[in-house]
Amino acid sequence: MEPKVINQTLSKAAHSGRWKYGQHSCFCQKQGSGNNWAYGYSVHGPRHEESIMNLIQKEVEKCDSLNGFLIIMSMAGGTGSGLGAFVTQNLQDRYSNSLKMNQIIWPYGTGEVIVQNYNSILTLSHLYRSSDALLIHENDAVHKICAKLMNIKQISFRDINQVLAHQLGSVFQPTYSGEGSFHYRRNPLGDLMENLVPHPEFKMLGVRNIPQMSENSLAYSTFTWAGLLKHLRQMLISNAKMEEGIDWQVRPPLSGLPMLGKMSLNKEFHFNTSIANLVILRGKDVHSAELGAFKDPALYTSWLEPVHAFSVWKTQRAFSKYEKSAALVSNSQFLVKPLDMIVGKAWNMFASKAYIHQYTKFGIEEEDFLDSFTLLEQVIASYCNLGF
Amino acid sequence: MTQSVVIQVGQCGNQIGCCFWDLALREHAAVNQKAIYDEAISSFFRNVDTRVVGDGGSISKGKIRSLKARAVLIDMEEGVVNEILQGPLRDVFDSKQLITDISGSGNNWAVGHKVFGSLYQEQILEKLRKSAEHCDCLQCFFVIHSMGGGTGSGLGTFLLKVLEDEFPEVYRFVTSVYPSGEDDVITSPYNSMLAMKELNEHADCVLPIDNQSLFDIISKIDLMVNSGKLGTAIKPKSLVTSSAGAFKKRQEKPFDAMNNIVANLLLNLTSSARFEGSLNMDLNEISMNLVPFPQLHYLVSSLTPLYTLADVNIPSRRLDQMFSDAFSKDHQLIQADPKHSLYLACALMVRGNVQISDLRRNIERLKPSLRFVSWNQEGWKTSLCSVPPVGHSHSLLALANNTCVKPTFIELRERFTRLYKKRAHLHHYLQIEGMEESCFTEAMSSLSALIQEYNQLDATKSMPAEDLPRLRVAV
Repeated sequence: MEPKVINQTLSKAAHSGRWKYGQHSCFCQKQGSGNNWAYGYSVHGPRHEESIMNLIQKEVEKCDSLNGFLIIMSMAGGTGSGLGAFVTQNLQDRYSNSLKMNQIIWPYGTGEVIVQNYNSILTLSHLYRSSDALLIHENDAVHKICAKLMNIKQISFRDINQVLAHQLGSVFQPTYSGEGSFHYRRNPLGDLMENLVPHPEFKMLGVRNIPQMSENSLAYSTFTWAGLLKHLRQMLISNAKMEEGIDWQVRPPLSGLPMLGKMSLNKEFHFNTSIANLVILRGKDVHSAELGAFKDPALYTSWLEPVHAFSVWKTQRAFSKYEKSAALVSNSQFLVKPLDMIVGKAWNMFASKAYIHQYTKFGIEEEDFLDSFTLLEQVIASYCNLGF
Repeated sequence: MTQSVVIQVGQCGNQIGCCFWDLALREHAAVNQKAIYDEAISSFFRNVDTRVVGDGGSISKGKIRSLKARAVLIDMEEGVVNEILQGPLRDVFDSKQLITDISGSGNNWAVGHKVFGSLYQEQILEKLRKSAEHCDCLQCFFVIHSMGGGTGSGLGTFLLKVLEDEFPEVYRFVTSVYPSGEDDVITSPYNSMLAMKELNEHADCVLPIDNQSLFDIISKIDLMVNSGKLGTAIKPKSLVTSSAGAFKKRQEKPFDAMNNIVANLLLNLTSSARFEGSLNMDLNEISMNLVPFPQLHYLVSSLTPLYTLADVNIPSRRLDQMFSDAFSKDHQLIQADPKHSLYLACALMVRGNVQISDLRRNIERLKPSLRFVSWNQEGWKTSLCSVPPVGHSHSLLALANNTCVKPTFIELRERFTRLYKKRAHLHHYLQIEGMEESCFTEAMSSLSALIQEYNQLDATKSMPAEDLPRLRVAV
């Protein structure tokens, strides 16, 4: 809703000489949303609904076979979050047969936008009702990757976005459609959702990559599939955000024994239960990769068999500069803690009614906040109980 | 990109405004080397072909012909405005955008507000509408005035109500100069008190400033300049107080240097909205993030750096020093002690070659020494603008919504009460049509209510921050 960034984006793309955005495929206004979810959702949304949906329709018409929509947005601001939620809802109404995945940027814990927690809970609750899957990237995690793994001293948003782009690429770049097949997967979005979102109550997906390092370190490293997958699996079960500092103490519960009580959000050594996992392997000798450890039923919740819960995509073609690389897209308890934190902070602020007048000014009432809180507490509880 | 209109009212307002426009021109000249009229300039200036008579002269793109400030100048005396129109900036102002009278307001809020308000209401509306028409997308009115006098205080605040009624969707940011303790205007407590009520009710955001702080900053700079430390020299153009870009001794009028500081404040405030950066912050975001409750919209500002030393090498230690300085009392534009009071919210607006990691590192470093209200422990709003101000490689403006403004208001109330108890000078006000004693008592209760709100928040300072019980859901 503000022209500066789109202008920058368009010119950067055109600059590359290799690709660019369509000339008429952008829509912007002048004033922005002032970090106000209510403004993005209730004012900009209805006001520009027709123009925006027309633009989308034009792109849709150019497709032979539409898999679905990937909506990239942040939660902390006003436009990405509020207008993003509005557009997603519209997509659900107009293209009810197409899939929708929202790629969401989870804000830094501190120091972006003061009302980011309000904006986040409103976004998440609305998306939960209208989107099919939420692919979540946390700024804090990516920032740490830049600092520790990529060794960047003065981290800029450009660096952060580079890592994010890498993560997205590692998931959505083409892979073969089956074991031994030489045809590329036609519907990665659909396949991903089919594998990872078996139940509408559980939509939150996280991404982990291995390896991730700076160009300089890369020259001195060699990788084996066994090593990469061992680390990746441990990252999964110990909920590590990156391949450094993994807690190797965490182990899956022994099967047959009852779970030791509900997952406590404060416990240190807690084990990350998954609903479903997708591992994507790219590079040399990819067929020799041994994935049995990911099929261990102890990793998964009881109501889904590992054969349904785990899937793998492969391609011989290396990705980016990594001779061998693995990505994990996981529907698991990865995001419970961050979600709980945001809901807690938003609740505390809501209790004092701070900033609420800024939202009611544009039609988002306290009721709407309460609805959002209720929905998200439900989601947190559901994810917490996966261990049973 | 949006536009803003500056309304300068009264002697103080116009003098500060004059410094602001001078600085704005210099900043844009430094950034915009090719003299193309771009979006950034259009936020404060119109591009006009002066050969065309009448209104048709506006040009929206291409080379700069003649820049006209988006400003309305209001004063009930002619002296100050005339001086501006004869000075070096005369071509920047549109002669049609002035409202002047001859007799002045006699340091009487009632004259400014009631008499001149009703007299000039139509004219004011007309000029404002004209300014708004010239804007593609008007986002904000900046009102600059002082609280202690008659015109700035009375007419300036009358304007706020007009703006609210006529342009409800446009933000009203008010830069108010509060009278210091030894103010020479006897009735300044009355004027300030009456003006406060209007600010409470009709302003979106108020940036209080007091002369004493500005004076202290000048003294500090003077000390640095004159102490001539071995091997260091101050870069010309980098003094926050310098008005002609040259390193002059204090031959300028005494208030010039102080007004320049305020001008810098306004420029830095709008920099992220005008220029690009990796984390933009528009003006509507200031209000959204820093005003948790409608009444509590008073923001304490502090600016760093005040000057740049000539050695160009800036290790990150220097950068961190900038952040520390922003939280030191020496750099504030109002006398207050935020570190020992409660922060409701804080915004850091950074300009120059600073990255997100520098910002985050410094927030982490400074956070432990600052007290934030329990429901806003991470109450930081940040912005990064890539264009630094003239003469510096980077700068930082900190805006804090903090209960430390309370003592300023309490003192104001006390000074007011001392006069009011004796009914001193009251007849000057009551003889104006529309003024009654109730105006005074209402203003008092409005201010007291505000102070009470701050008190309530301060009371939570000593309470431990505990998490409230969350919603329970059936699973």
